[in-house]
Amino acid sequence: MKVATTQNNVISNICTMTYRNLLKTLHNPDNFSDVIMEPVIFTLLFGFLFGGAIAGSVHAYLPILVPGILIQSILNAASGSGQQLREDINGGVFDRFKTLPIASIVSLAGQLFGDVLRLLLSGMMALVTATLMGWRPTVSLPMLGVALLLALFIGWSAAWIFALVGLLVKNAELIGSLSMIIILVLTFLSNAFVPTKTLPLFLQKVVAINPVSFAVTAIRSILTTGNWGVAATLTLVSGVLITVVFMGLSILVYRRRA
Amino acid sequence: MSDNKIIQVRNLQKCFGDQLAVKDVSFDIKRGEIFGLLGPNGAGKTTIIKMMTTLSKQDAGKITVNGFDTRTQGRLARTQFSVTGQTATIDQDLSARENLMIFGRLNGLNRQDARDRASELLTDFDLVNSADQALATFSGGMRRRLDLAASLISKPAVLFLDEPTTGLDPRTRTQMWQAIRKLVANGTTVLLTTQYLEEAEQLADRIALIDHGKLVALGTPAELERRVGGMQLRIELSEPRQLAEAQVIVQGALQLPVHADARKLTVLLTADHVPATARILDQLQTADIAVNQFALETPSLDDVFLKMTVGKN
Repeated sequence: MKVATTQNNVISNICTMTYRNLLKTLHNPDNFSDVIMEPVIFTLLFGFLFGGAIAGSVHAYLPILVPGILIQSILNAASGSGQQLREDINGGVFDRFKTLPIASIVSLAGQLFGDVLRLLLSGMMALVTATLMGWRPTVSLPMLGVALLLALFIGWSAAWIFALVGLLVKNAELIGSLSMIIILVLTFLSNAFVPTKTLPLFLQKVVAINPVSFAVTAIRSILTTGNWGVAATLTLVSGVLITVVFMGLSILVYRRRA
Repeated sequence: MSDNKIIQVRNLQKCFGDQLAVKDVSFDIKRGEIFGLLGPNGAGKTTIIKMMTTLSKQDAGKITVNGFDTRTQGRLARTQFSVTGQTATIDQDLSARENLMIFGRLNGLNRQDARDRASELLTDFDLVNSADQALATFSGGMRRRLDLAASLISKPAVLFLDEPTTGLDPRTRTQMWQAIRKLVANGTTVLLTTQYLEEAEQLADRIALIDHGKLVALGTPAELERRVGGMQLRIELSEPRQLAEAQVIVQGALQLPVHADARKLTVLLTADHVPATARILDQLQTADIAVNQFALETPSLDDVFLKMTVGKN
């Protein structure tokens, strides 16, 4: 009896699936329009809208805004993962993947690794827009890179939350609006855009445990001091936790029903 | 494990809520045959295929594919077969070659083998000239062929074809049939579901008829047709007023009830009566009764289907 010709390797399968996802995106550059436009529009909007009110001037507000808008832009890009997964499932491609001799994680991880390009593009667009508005990083280029990587990682871990939403909700359009609500709640109930001192006490508590707050604090501190701090470590840990929990749940749901 | 039975399905059971969708279904598929799974819409065909291809788990019963239990050895079982579903499940955003390459890699081929196999299949399925174009330019038939090609990347022992030609024009359907026959000639075993009885008659060596989740009949198309029973003699006259005279002649020759209608006589008979029908033609001619049509008809698979299944309504 002939058994499998090669023992399939999970890592190489994930690479293949990531390649598939990248090819799909590159064949359809339209798919990038949201991650290009959203960061530009929101950076301009928030900068000019809140700048005067919160920090006295747009220029003074930019250092506060940049970490927040960076995270929000990347989260927005990350929400695409759930929608794309659902479109592939509804299109029937995943039924075929499921009958291949590959592990369940392969189809999901391939999607999410491929989406890193979208996250990166979105984060870069936010930084470029802020720079054009007059923001200048005060830290070394490597530290700016570290801040960007940390933001990418927290965004990628959040993509697993969106992946779970995509697997649970059957309607692709509904996923878009649900993701929007999640992003708005997570970013506005944090210290991303406004000082939190004036908030009611219970909201301050919510803000304090919001992982987005950790991330924004961490990136703000890296961008002002040039040092990795406790907040950065906390962010890394919460990112790992979110990834483990939501990756696990996603695989479970994927196996059972998607 | 018996070697000429590549698939064994034993006492399969599946419930959705409190509704029994598949009830105690058992059958074997022999190595190298085309096995047709037929039944009305909603009879449970797709549910059975889903369990056989590890996409869903049965509540009771056992399925083995080439010796591997689909429930406990899912991943090994999946190395033995490929599935081509009702809709083309290929990536619209990728080219034909890219699609085949990716499925090749996921099936465990290395880069070079995947590339070679993709080129081979593109040639076999007559897709070479459009191999690197966007799939948006592909016709329905081309997509279906590519879909079938993608299933063959790993040279599977068993191929599940779930309504492979639904929605295709007759020419493309014939092309698909040729492709399927060629596969079987090379040793692949095929399980086929179809809405087209003609397709089952053309392709299937044996047919399982499913209705309301139960296996109602199993056999070669000829066996099933025989089981529905009998043949029918149909005589159509040129002159309706000679009908009564003709009826007497037919009745006398066959000693069977004859149904008369306008200018048509029909008699249900068995194979034993066939020799007697030859005499009828002579007698009608002697009596100077002109005949438009004289036909002995065997039941078609359509009759089998209509007689043995009830369907949802």
